[in-house]
This record gives sequence, C-alpha cells and structure tokens, in this order.
Amino acid sequence: MTAQKIIDTGNHIAGYACRAARAEVIAAYPITPQSPVVEQIAEFVEKGEMDAKYIRVESEHSAMSACIGAAAAGARTFTATSAHGLALMHEMLQWTAAARLPIIMSVVNRAMGPGWNIWADFSDSLSQRDTGWLQFYCADNQEIFDTIIQAYKLCENKRIAMPAMICHEGFILSHTSMPVEIPDQSEIDEFLPAYKPAWTLDVNNPVTHGSLIYPEWYMEFRYFMHKALDNAIELIPEIDKEYGRRFGREYGGHLERYRCDDADLLLLSMGTIGSEAKTTVDRLRNHGHKVGVARVRVFRPFPKEQIQDLAENSRMLTVIDRQISYGMEGPLFTETKASLYEKENSPLMTGYIAGLGGRDVTYAIIDEIARKSLKELKLGRVEEEVRWVGLRK
Amino acid sequence: MTPMGKKPRTIKDLPHTPLSLPKTGSAGETGFWRTFCPVFDMSKCTGCLLCWIYCPEGCIERDEQDRPKVDFKYCKGCGVCANECPVDAIEMEREV
Repeated sequence: MTAQKIIDTGNHIAGYACRAARAEVIAAYPITPQSPVVEQIAEFVEKGEMDAKYIRVESEHSAMSACIGAAAAGARTFTATSAHGLALMHEMLQWTAAARLPIIMSVVNRAMGPGWNIWADFSDSLSQRDTGWLQFYCADNQEIFDTIIQAYKLCENKRIAMPAMICHEGFILSHTSMPVEIPDQSEIDEFLPAYKPAWTLDVNNPVTHGSLIYPEWYMEFRYFMHKALDNAIELIPEIDKEYGRRFGREYGGHLERYRCDDADLLLLSMGTIGSEAKTTVDRLRNHGHKVGVARVRVFRPFPKEQIQDLAENSRMLTVIDRQISYGMEGPLFTETKASLYEKENSPLMTGYIAGLGGRDVTYAIIDEIARKSLKELKLGRVEEEVRWVGLRK
Repeated sequence: MTPMGKKPRTIKDLPHTPLSLPKTGSAGETGFWRTFCPVFDMSKCTGCLLCWIYCPEGCIERDEQDRPKVDFKYCKGCGVCANECPVDAIEMEREV
C-alpha cells in the first residue's frame, strides 16, 4: 500500500492511525463524540484489514481493564473515549501507568456534565493530569494521525514504558473532514516495529503484577514513573524529528512555535485554539504588532524548560485555557507561571478562560484578547490576572 | 525489569513496576480467616477438578488419584468451590 491522501474526519483518522500502528487488541465502549473512532476500527477488523482482536465491553472501566490485560500479555493495544467515559476509567488509568503499560488512547475532548454537554472542552482529560499518562493535544486531523504513530514509538521505548492519551477536540476535529496523508505502510512498519515488552504475563513463567508494596518501597516505584516522564521530555522532540525526516511532517516537539522569534507578546494555548490563533497573529503582524503563538502539544510531561526558553525574549505571555480549575485558574496558566517562577524579570502574564462547553473561539475573539494584552503591555500591568472570555452579562 | 525473587537491598534491585514471583502463603497463613469450611463428599465427587480451577487462592491441590484436596492452612472458606461444583459434592459448614 503506497502513501495516499484521503479526506476524512478526525475520529476516522484516529482509526486509520490505529490500523497503521498495527494495534493487536482494541477494547472500547462507545460515547459521543468518540464513537466513530471505534466504529472505524470495528469496520477495519470486520473487513480483515486489521489483524486484531476487538473486544466489546460493558463500560469504559472494563475497556481499560481489558486493555491492561492485553498489554500485560504483550499486545499492542488501543482504546478511545470521551468525558464521562474517561472519568469512569479513572481508577484503571492509575493502574495502567503504575503497571508501566504503553496503552495508547484517543481522547475526544468533551465537557463534563451536568449540564449535559457533548461539545469541546478539556475538562475531561485535564482532570486526569496526575494519573501518570502522557497527554498530547492535536490541532488538526493530520496531527492526530502522526501523533498516534509517534506516541506508540515513544511509549513503547523501555526508558518510558508509560501510556499516552492523544487528545482532539469533540466536533471541531472529531466530526470535521480534512485532507490527511496516510504514509506507505512499509515505511510506518520501519518507523514503528512490533512491540517488544520488557516483561509479559506468561503461564510458563508466572509472575504477579501489581502486588502489595509496603511503605518502605512504594515511593521508589512512583519515582520511577516520574523519571519515565522526565525521559519523555528528552525523547519527544527526537522522535518528532525522526518522524519528520521519514514522513516530511514534524510539530516542534513539545510545542509548535509560530512567529515567536521576535514577538513581544506571546499567546499560549492548546489544541485548535492554538492553531486558530495563528490567523490572529498574521493579522496583527500585518498591522505591525510583534505577536506570536506557542501551541503546547504536550501537557504531561509539561515542557517547563521550553516555556522558559520562549519567555526569554518576550515581554508578555497571554494564556488561553479551554478549562477552569475551580477555585484557581486555567491549568495551562498555572503550569506556565510555575515554569517561570525561578526566572528573573519574568514577562507580564495573564490568563483567559475561553471556549468551555464548545463555545466557539474564533480568530476575532483571540484578536480582542491579544489587543487588550498589547495595551496592557504598554501600561506595564494587567487589569485582571484571570478573565473569562465572552461571559454573558 | 526482572521480577523480584528476593528482598531488595537498593533501588537498583527493583523492577520498574511491582512484579513478584509466586510463593506459597506470601500473605501468611490465611486459613484462620475461615468462617465456613468446605466439606467434600468424595462419594459424589467425579474428579472434574472445576473446584481446583476456580479456587481463587490456589489452595486446592490434586492428590495421587488426581482428586481435589484442600490445604486448610490457606483456605479462607470463600465457598467458590461449593458454588462451582456441578454435582453438589461440597457443603459449606460453619466452623466458627
């Protein structure tokens, strides 16, 4: 099969990536807006285009449990979910990470209820921040495909051996068709060879995994997990570059920088808000404003040093979060500020909460935010540390 | 990443995730937890060994005639064997 260009939705493309990665076990439960991901995979398995076992389960908790069993037996596994499904998996997310199983999961970002809402919002995946899972956020359908392939390579590396969620926003990407290049299968196989686990469940050589650990040894295993994510910080750009050399597309590793080099004002965001902001930046640049955008692709591990580098030459950082951590602020804003705590002469910083529950965040809205920031930059202070965009009066 | 066969001395002895080799009674002698005791009627037993397969503690052994025999040092009296026995050869009798 040679490389081909197809037009399809973000969800179907995630299914294509699962096929291209030659996942061997898929256990999944449908939920809006994720369902078409696993429908596409079911079709591939049914047609014999994937040599995989497709396990239908009764809940997301079971989906992740089945993936854990399969991964522990040495299979390459995949699943997908959204919002409440991800929340139901929470216990098993912890298990996956602590058992060091490189399960890859598409998370189609959707707001948590009630009020019932099926639209884009990062409150589902960002609520799982501390489970140990790596978190990638995509901005278009091609990036969904490429990131899933990259994630298998990364997570199956013995220095990592951790699971990853590859997130894309509900409806904005999940149900929107875009042209995507699917590389030649033999080239993907060369980039991503078969999974060789460090250990497996084997009836001829029985082991117990997840056994009891007393207080005198528990912390050490948590330290290993932390070190694995530190290692991922190093490996993410290396794997992205190798992917770029082979397939002609790379994404800047941890974050995509757009017209950042001489920018006084930097906009920081994740997912499609980060890509929409490029249009804003182009328009402001046309009017002579030195503005750039950094789209954070990896939220865990958090690219602390890369944020410090970005801040080196800029005078203001404006962070736009599609999530609110109640009682504090947007999580990306918190992490950005924490990353710059040690830096002398930190740039001016402000955070915006935008687009919750799928509310549209257009380039024009980002333009208003950026212009306000430019004004504040001139004044040398921000009016308010955290503001909600377009909140009704 | 090899499972531990002995007590670790330093962090370097640990596998990356808790893995342990099988060992009889790693949680101590659990037989004293028992409230109900499985009593086998060997005249009914067909030797199908479903009880041996289903025992969650692996404490049903196979004797010389390949028939089930409970190790009461570890049997917690859960009753799974009695529930699975297709010929009702196992009766759970209160012992405490």
